[in-house]
Amino acid sequence: MLRLKTLTIIFAITVLPSCAIKPWVQSYERGILADPIMAFEQHPASTRFINHVYEAREAARGAEGSAGGGCGCN
Amino acid sequence: MPKAVPGVAVAVISGASIIRAITLLFLAMASAIVNAAVLPEDRTDILYHRYDGGGVVIDGPSVLVRKEFKGTVSIWGNHYADNISGASIDLLARGSTFYREERTEHSAGFDYLNDRTVLSLSYTNSSERDYEANSYAFAVSQEFFGDMTTLTLNYAQGNDEVRQNIYEDQVIVDTIKRGEARHQRFGLGLTQVLTRKWLLSFNAETVVDDGFLNNPYRSVRYSLGDGGIGSQPEIYPTTRNSDAFALRTMYYLPYRAALRLEYRTFLDSWGIEANNYELRYVHPFGDQWIVEAKYRAYSQTQADFYSDLFPFEDAQQFLARDKEMSEFTTNTIGLGLTYELKQSWIPFLDKTTLNLYWDQITFDYKNFRENTPANSEEFGFGNEPFYSFDANIIRFFISMNY
Repeated sequence: MLRLKTLTIIFAITVLPSCAIKPWVQSYERGILADPIMAFEQHPASTRFINHVYEAREAARGAEGSAGGGCGCN
Repeated sequence: MPKAVPGVAVAVISGASIIRAITLLFLAMASAIVNAAVLPEDRTDILYHRYDGGGVVIDGPSVLVRKEFKGTVSIWGNHYADNISGASIDLLARGSTFYREERTEHSAGFDYLNDRTVLSLSYTNSSERDYEANSYAFAVSQEFFGDMTTLTLNYAQGNDEVRQNIYEDQVIVDTIKRGEARHQRFGLGLTQVLTRKWLLSFNAETVVDDGFLNNPYRSVRYSLGDGGIGSQPEIYPTTRNSDAFALRTMYYLPYRAALRLEYRTFLDSWGIEANNYELRYVHPFGDQWIVEAKYRAYSQTQADFYSDLFPFEDAQQFLARDKEMSEFTTNTIGLGLTYELKQSWIPFLDKTTLNLYWDQITFDYKNFRENTPANSEEFGFGNEPFYSFDANIIRFFISMNY
């Protein structure tokens, strides 16, 4: 059962995207996404500090996301 | 009477599911068709941070340096310090008036780029007189599907030594070890390009703690039955598991500005449920100024074993009166200002910015009372007003890209 699930997930991630759905935003169409204002977080040291402020005073923790942002843009 | 912690089983099952899913996705990633990734940009940030709220001031520097080598490796280091002074409500309730502490944190790590995959490894040491923490983190990130999708898996483990300072007349005369704690994090992140102007990201993270999880200085209070009040140390469970799931999205508006939305939900084995929302608006003015405004709302329920006032001594197996374990909300408003300097002042810098961020957080506790000696005398034990306060947070930094 576990093997079947594993194969299904591998198939879904590797094969389906390449044959059923093609990437619809090409690299040359990502000028806007590469704008610094589109980074989820622009400043890692600053983000790390404010996340520490929240985590020290709130019970919730985890899933803060990466401090560097990222959009798949080159 | 011992009180059950019903969230334990749920969170353990849920946590195991996430770990299994991460393992499966890791296997899938290993065989995925790879594309291109990039290393984080070279930069140095020199930051001053200050937190002022609830009678406590914490400030200090943070210096981050990151440099890429040969296009495949990026090395970074971070020095961070907290200088803590003041007297929080927890100290005032004990009759103490002032407290001073220092914490230094050093981190270092590297990212290795291979085709569309980035492997990251880092180490962090945090040191203060009564707490020592060492943690290691590993992450693998891969872009695929025409670089429209980025999948990241991360694991971190922290090993802490918890100590307690012994005071006499508010002077530390000794420090004793109270226990050890281990923290493990299993995370998964997925970032998706939806359109030419729209990004979506999903994060899930399970955190597993075991060991001495108490704050050794905190105590609970209980009724003596004759109108008087007693206190005893807190007793926490020695395990805690939590799951957090977050959705974030960035959208580029028709003019040059960006809207960022975030929602996170959280559940742990101590019975705490939490949610937070954030709305952020980023607006450039000209080619040198960027203004940012944000609003964040957070709420949480209390831990199963929390009470502001227990009915008698040893009222249950686990006991907490930590305000972080109570039911409360926080509301944050924030403003940020970034100014980009003209290039000419240092030749090898590509970009230099001056940044000022200010946040105000309002804490409103729903069942944690402000039990200062004066309040307890005026209102009576267990009838003091609920605690609330505002905290102001400043981040001022220079950021240099090269």
